[in-house]
This record gives sequence, structure tokens and C-alpha cells, in this order.
Amino acid sequence: MSAPDDVLVSVRGLKTYYSIRGSFLDRLVGRTGAAVRAVDDVSLELRKGEVLGLVGESGSGKTTLGRTLLGLVPATEGTVEFEGQDITHASEHDRRLLRRRMQIVFQDPHASLNPAMTVAQAVGHPLEIHGLARGREEVRARVADVLERVGLAPAEQFMDKFPSDLSGGQKQRAVIARAIILNPVLLVADEPVSMLDMSVRAKILELMLALKHDFDLTYLYITHDLATAKFFCDRIAIMYLGRIVEIGPSEAIYADPKHPYTQALLRAIPEPDPRRTIPRDLPRGEVPDASRPPLGCSFHPRCPKAFEVCGWESRDLKELLERRWAGLGEEGFEAEQAAVGPMEALDVAKTHVRLAAHGGAHGSDLRGLLDRARAADPAEPFWTGVQEMRDANGSLEIDWYDPVEPRLLPADSVEVECHLYDETALAEAAQRRQSRIPQ
Amino acid sequence: MAATAAVRLQRRTVGIRRALAPIAEARGMARSLLWAGTGITLVFVLLAIFAPILSPYGFDQYQSGGRRFAQLAHPSHAHLFGTTVQSTDVLSRIVWGAQTELEVVGLALAFGLVVGVPLGLIAGYFGGPFDRGTVLFMDAMFAFPPLLLAIVIAFLLGGSVNSGVLVAAIAITITYIPQYFRVVRNHVISVREEPYVEAARALGAKPLTILRRYVFFNVVQNVPVIATLNAADAVLTLTALGFLGYGVQPTQGAEWGYDVSRAVSDAASGIWWTGLFPGIAIVLLVTGLTLLGEGLNETINPVLRRRTIRQVDFAAPSMDAGAELLEA
Amino acid sequence: MTAILEVRDLRLWYGTARGSVRAVDRVSLEIDAGSVLGLVGESGCGKSTLGRGILGLLPEGARADGEVLYKGRNLVTMSPRELRRLRGPDLGLIFQEPMTRLNPLLRIEDHFRETIEQHDSKLTPKDVRRRSLDTLGRMGIPPTRFRQYPHEFSGGMRQRIMIALALVLRPSLLVADEPTTSLDVIVEAQILRILADLKENFDTALLLITHNLGIVAEACDRVAVMYAGQIAEEGPARDVFADPKHPYTRELLRSTISLDTKVLHSIPGAPPNLISPPSGCHFHPRCPDVMRVCPAHDPIETQPDPDRRVLCWLHGPEREIPDGGTAPLEREQIAVAEEA
Repeated sequence: MSAPDDVLVSVRGLKTYYSIRGSFLDRLVGRTGAAVRAVDDVSLELRKGEVLGLVGESGSGKTTLGRTLLGLVPATEGTVEFEGQDITHASEHDRRLLRRRMQIVFQDPHASLNPAMTVAQAVGHPLEIHGLARGREEVRARVADVLERVGLAPAEQFMDKFPSDLSGGQKQRAVIARAIILNPVLLVADEPVSMLDMSVRAKILELMLALKHDFDLTYLYITHDLATAKFFCDRIAIMYLGRIVEIGPSEAIYADPKHPYTQALLRAIPEPDPRRTIPRDLPRGEVPDASRPPLGCSFHPRCPKAFEVCGWESRDLKELLERRWAGLGEEGFEAEQAAVGPMEALDVAKTHVRLAAHGGAHGSDLRGLLDRARAADPAEPFWTGVQEMRDANGSLEIDWYDPVEPRLLPADSVEVECHLYDETALAEAAQRRQSRIPQ
Repeated sequence: MAATAAVRLQRRTVGIRRALAPIAEARGMARSLLWAGTGITLVFVLLAIFAPILSPYGFDQYQSGGRRFAQLAHPSHAHLFGTTVQSTDVLSRIVWGAQTELEVVGLALAFGLVVGVPLGLIAGYFGGPFDRGTVLFMDAMFAFPPLLLAIVIAFLLGGSVNSGVLVAAIAITITYIPQYFRVVRNHVISVREEPYVEAARALGAKPLTILRRYVFFNVVQNVPVIATLNAADAVLTLTALGFLGYGVQPTQGAEWGYDVSRAVSDAASGIWWTGLFPGIAIVLLVTGLTLLGEGLNETINPVLRRRTIRQVDFAAPSMDAGAELLEA
Repeated sequence: MTAILEVRDLRLWYGTARGSVRAVDRVSLEIDAGSVLGLVGESGCGKSTLGRGILGLLPEGARADGEVLYKGRNLVTMSPRELRRLRGPDLGLIFQEPMTRLNPLLRIEDHFRETIEQHDSKLTPKDVRRRSLDTLGRMGIPPTRFRQYPHEFSGGMRQRIMIALALVLRPSLLVADEPTTSLDVIVEAQILRILADLKENFDTALLLITHNLGIVAEACDRVAVMYAGQIAEEGPARDVFADPKHPYTRELLRSTISLDTKVLHSIPGAPPNLISPPSGCHFHPRCPDVMRVCPAHDPIETQPDPDRRVLCWLHGPEREIPDGGTAPLEREQIAVAEEA
């Protein structure tokens, strides 16, 4: 670990939950709705002068983490330290002072400038807010300086324009100018180039690199794009469903991605090289609902390498059946669905379910159905998680192994949260494999 | 020095000029609505301002040079629009009436804006119990028929406030505040989620600064439209109050609604001028304000706004010339 | 291979207050049956207008000129009624934002029933259901969800449903306008996989409009690079990427940030406005290889290889270039104000 004085931001056990408003009835009886675990127990450090990439798909919590760090969203649990000072519960007044030190650049340059303010007013407003310039003329002079610095030159041509008169790249330059006019030390850049054209992205990234050098900035670069992150970042943290699943130096992560999710992300990037084709074995499905995350490892339902300990459960069975039926044709589907009946019981996460046979079928018919599904795709990792299936009185009982919660553990030069790199989990899985009741 | 001052002035007014640009650019239907509405409204405004000069007599004058005017006299040279049963001059009452109408409507709009807009801004931006409380209250106000509400208010205030104009203005205001409130609040709620508002928070701006500099200007655009349309409605409410006897009292000023109510009995005996002219005045002013409001709506509202486009002409030459570069 | 659609000398201009926007300016294209043509360009280059124009979906104030030949009939001169009849069973369209194109009040089932019945009212409800379920199944949507509403699906699922809706009538050409832009990278790859396999599963040709060169490389047989309303270069995707002939294609490839990027590169300047595009070759103010002929004369399309076309004076024809025309032109200093 690095010396504490070179740590700029230190995040410990941070959780940010959003509560979903329940129904009217729920509120009437005082029940609170479910919570979306946008950030779920994240710890990381941001060192002075580095660029940390926070990479993930939408719904991974990367944007919420950035906002919680800046105090734009309140943390539910955990702490954020900035320059050695706990700022998690800073007062409004202290928070306002902190704003001079930490700034943010948003994704959509078209929406992050007030349409009713000219460029000069927008970029100069931070100076007015913090009382850092005296008089209109001084503000204008400082605005002109910073505009020239971000490449909006000659500044006079831009100062009295409204955002609607600027191109996307020019707007993003103005947004960056507004962020750096206060001389911050930390800049959170939330997808700063993803809404821009290809030929403009490089210019904005170059500008950000030059500014980092000139102003001694530290960046938290939030993105879904592993390609720009590779070029831009010193370290990378991969997020999935509110958790960091892999973190380490960029070179290590790109050279040897450990987590199956990181591997999938890297392989899914469409590269401008026609000799490569899209891989066929990409993770299926999409990021699940963060208010009802899967048991065990959140990635296990999509993971091609998941095994006994990853947290298999009832909802995975429902998905398995649905996937099967999508390719079965109408008759096959209708026959099987009639036997299985309604599947609402599978919507609640459980490691034990009792599946009642419907339409005159028996428990053994259900078992036969599942056996056929297994025979159709024996490599499906779902079956590693099934501990036992029993016929019982016209129904089929299914038990899955208990989930093992994944931990962020060191592996080579990175840290990764995956059972494949956890000796204890691997041993547990081996033991389960041996003691499995023969089906 | 003069030059830089001019530049600075230009810089300051750039926002205003931008706000007015759509009005200058208005074409077609929107333009005609706007001009017709402005024209009609302007006539009444001029009447109101120059009433002391334009009006032949005072609004309650029934004699001149010691001679009492004839009662219910036909329109003539001396009295262009005739006289009423109290011997007052109909034309004078119309001219002075314009003053009353515009005073009341202006005051009502001002009160409505001053109360409704800030309430909407605050409730929408901060949300919470204050928002829920005000919304509930305003919705309750909506449940009352506006005229009934205005009558009740006018009745309640009539005893304590001396100025009839003020009473009428307040009575009308109460019925319009919920409209401004609702429009502004709903708009604020959508603007509040815009990234530029979050950006302002990230810059360290205080809530009131954010409201003033970031939210306000993006929300008030619709207000002129509602205000103008409400003005038309307010004229009707005021005249209705006058007609029912709850508005501006006859001793305090001329009011068209009151005149129409007095003229009801005249109409049966073939005396048309006492009712017709105030009636026309009401219709004209309401029409003018409505046209103005609709015109503004068509011009400002981006959904309805239509710009003129030049027809596509495939034969038109490209505007850029570069052939001389080769020769050079 | 036979062309399913031929675009000849197509112009699509918009009227605006300041003059005509030449969104598509003399474009010619061919799409072979069952093939995937990628149409790539930066925002504002006219690629979306071209895609919609082919289907006759132009906004008010736009005018079309030229030919779009589908099965020997010119779509440009066709009546709106006839065009409507073609859209669906012959020509399909997939949009960028799947949510805005699905009616939130209709079940997925109803979407399919409406689409099918509009063009083929003779089918029994049972047949409609079978066809819909079959198409949805191929897109990986389970039949158990047939009666759900659009909001119950994730973004990727919605886009799959949109594709299934477009394919259920078995069109011979599908225009997909940035179909994966709002999706996550893994879901994007899933959707691209489906689009690339269209030929095998549905025998449908695809015009894939995108700003992402990576997507073209992954999913397309041929690529057309568009700049300022014109096709700068067209050819087999593999060849164009390996050996770009037009300086714009080359620069665009270089400025794309990929996992192999070592040095950042960008094209100076910004795309021109299409009301008064630069004279001669529209790319000349930003072109590193600009010659004296480039701003003076409109470039003439040439074929550097039998299967490729390029619109650039670097590739001739030489007899059309005046004496001294190939001398390099000192590039005008790009005003920084023009920089994007």
C-alpha cells in the first residue's frame, strides 16, 4: 500500500442505496419500498496525480459512486476521506468549500450547460459563487484565460455565445473550462467523450491529459468504454452491480483480465478490424435489477465459468426454462409450460423450491423435462449448482447449494472478486462435487 | 470609451434579444395573431392612459355647465354613444372603463405572478412536505368555480378595503395563483433533474442561486403566455363581478360589466346603446388579449412554433467558390 | 449476387430558414440481396437522412431527386400509399431508441398482431401467434413473455423485440439506424451477432447505419463511408479497413480509439455545415493530402480496384486534372474557432 500522504481520496465500505417508493398502500401502512443497491460496499483509494478508471455497464453504479464521492448523493453507509479528512457528513458550508477542490465533467455536453447563460456567464459563475474574482471585468479576464486554455480560442468569439450555438466538442470544452476555473485537485469525468464523434474524442482526451499535467489534476474517469480507459487510465476498477469485481494497474488488467466479466467486456468491444468477428460465447442476458440482485456472486447467472459455490437459485431455473422455450417451437413450449404451470414461485430468490406438476403431469415428468434440458446443453453451468432433485407427491423439489459470498482478494498484481481465485471457495466447490448425491 | 460602453451594453442585452428573437422571427398565422392581438390591446391601453384627454366627460358626470344631460338620449353630436338612465355619457364610461379594466387586470396579474411563480419555484425545487402541502391547497382552490371564489373574496374584502379596484384585483388574483403555481412547479420539477442544475450544485452554488440563475430562466418562458391568456379571462371575471354588483362600485369608477347590468332593463324598451357599446368593448378587449396570448403561444412554444423555410432548389449553385484558388 | 436495392444519384435536401441543407448530395449505392452494407460517418454527415430517404420517410420541407430502385420500381416517385404498402413486407426499419417506438399501452402480442394484420389480414389468430413466437424465439425472447408490456423488458430485450417486429413480415431489406447506440457493450455485441446472422436466418439484406467503425468491421460485408452528404469511399469492409483509399477514411480509422491505440490522433477542424459546403471536394479544408485541384473542381468517382469506388482526386482520373493540379496545396490555417 502506498504512503498515506499520497492518497487523495480514500473510500471505505461505501454503500449508496436508493429507496424505491413503494405503492400507495405500502406507504399508508408505513412499509418502505425496496432499495436499489447502486453502490454496495466499495472500498478504493485514489492517489494524487493518477487517473483511475471506473469501468462498468449502465446500472453498475459507477456514476453513483462518482456522485457519492463528490457528495452530490448522500452515502448510506461507509466513509469518504478527501485529503485525509472525513467528508462523508460534511456540513453544507464545508461541502461548498470542498467544491473548489473537486469538480465534475458530465457525459452530455448538450445538457450540462444552462441554455439561458452565455459561455462567459457559465464558465465565470463558479468564480462568482465562491467570491474569487472582483468585478465583472476580472471575471471576464479569467474566463478568457481558461477558455483559451481549453482550446476555445480566440476567447472573444465564444464568450457571448449561447450553448446552442456551439458544437458538441466545443460545449464539452466549455464544461471542462467551467470545472477547472476553480483550480481543483480532483476531477471526476463521467463519460466525458461518449456522446462525441469519433474524430472529436481524441481531441478532448488529449486536452484532458494536457490539463492534468498543467494543473496537477487527479482524475476519476468513469466510462463504459474499455478502449478509451486503456489509453487514459493508470489504474482500472471494473464495477458490476454496485461492486468492484476487479481492480488493478491498467497494463495488468488488459494483459491478463482475471474476472470472467472483465474478460467478456474486453472481448465484446467492437474493434475496427474486420479480421475479428463477434464472439459467439458472450455472456447472455443483461445486468439484473439492482433492487433484487442475484444470490452469491451477482454475475453468476451470466457467467460462463460459474460453478457450485456461485449462488445458484430459483430465479436461475426460471431463466433456464425461458431460454429453453425460446428455442423450442410453439408445440414443445406449450407442452412443457402446461406441465410446469405458473412460475411466480420462482421469482423469489430461494435455494430450495417445490415445483408442483400441473395439467395431469407428475413430479417425474418435471424431472424428465429438466433432464432433457440438461441433455440439450450439458455444459450449462447451472447444473453444477443443483444439489439434489427429489420427486415428492406430484411435485419436484429442488435444492441448490448455499451461496458463498465472493470477496475481493489479491491475485497477481490485481485484486479480483471471483471464486475462481479464492482457495477457500475452490476447496468448498471440490468438496461439494465429491459429496454430490448421484442423480 | 463610448464604443466599449456600447459593447458592454450589447453584451448585457444579448439575453433579452435572444428571448425576443422568436417574436421577430414569427411568420404566418402566429404573426397575424400576434399583430392583431397587440393592435387591439394597444388601442385599449392608449384609451386607458389618455382617458382624461380622450374622454369628453368624467365617468360619473351627468351635467355640464350647470345643465343636466338628457336621460337615455340617442347617440348624437353631443353624446356620440348616447347617455344612460343616470344621464352619464356612454362614450366617457367606455373610455374610463378601459382604465378600470386594465388597472384591475394588471394588478391581478402582478399579484398572481408575484405569489404564484415564487411559490411554484420553491415547492418544485425543494419538494418535501411544503410541496405536498401547497399542492394540496392549490388543488383545493381549483375545485371552486373561479367566479364563485372571486365573489366570496370580493364580499369578504369589500368591508375592509376601500379601493374597489384593489378588491376586484385581489378577488381575481386568488383564482389565478393556482394556475401559475401549477405550471411553474411542474416545469421546475423537470428542470430540476437537468444535468446543468446538478452541475450548478457541483459548483457549490447555493439553492437560491440555482433557482435564480439556472432554474428561473428556463421555467418562466411559458409564463407570459399564461399571463396573457389569463388577462383575457380576468376581464371576463371582472365584468361578471361588476354585472353581479360585487366588482368596482359605481362611485369608484366606470366598469363595463356594471353598465351592461344596468342596461338590461333598457333593452326591453328599445334602448340599445347603453348595452351594446359596453358589450362590444368587453368582447373586443377579450378578443385582443386572447389573440395576443395565442400568438405568443404559437411563437414561444417550441412544439407549436413553425419557422419559415426556404424551398429546396436543386438547381441553385453552391454558395462557396474556390475556383480562383487554382488560378492563383 | 443481385442488387436488391439500387440508389442512383440521389439527392435529399432540407429547406431551412438559411437555405437548403444538402444532407444527401448525389449518392449512388447498391445493396445485394442478403448482404450487410455498413453506412458509416460522423454525426451530421447525412447518413440517417439517407437511410430514411430510401424508405421515403422524410420530414416536411425535404425534397428528393434521383432514383431509389427496388424491384425495378422507383421509390422516389412512388405515391405515399404505395410506399406504405411496401414498408413492412418489403422494407423494414429499426430505430435507435427502441422504447420510443413501442406503444407502452400495448402488449408485445398486440404489437405483432397489428403489424401482421396490417399487411396480411387473411392469417388466422393462431397463425399470427405462431409466426410471432417463432420470430421472437429466434431473437431469444421467451414465449412466456409474449403477453407482457414494453416496460417489463430491458433495453436489449426491447431492441430484440423491435428487430423481431421488423422481421416478422420477412422484408427483403432492413434499414437499421444506430440500433445499438443506447445499449451496453455486451448487449450491443449480442444484437450485432443477431444482425450479422440475418442473412442465414431470414435472407434479409441490411443497411446498417452507424458512427462506430468497430461495428462495421464486426458485422458488415461492405462499407460506405459518408462525409458531408457524399459517399467518400465504398467497397468490401475488409479491403477498405486494410487499405483505405480516401484520406478521410484513413484519418477516421486512425482517430478511432481502440484497444490497440498507442497514440491519439484526430482530424483537424470540424465537419462543414451542409448549407454551403466547401467547394470542390468537401473534405479539402481538413485533408492532409490536399492538392491544388481539390478546392477547384468537384472530385470524380473512380474505381481503384474493380470492387471499390472512391471520390478523391488522388485517384484520378488524371486526364481531368488540370496542369499543376496535383501540386500540394498549402493547407489554409484552420481557424481555431472552427475547431470542434
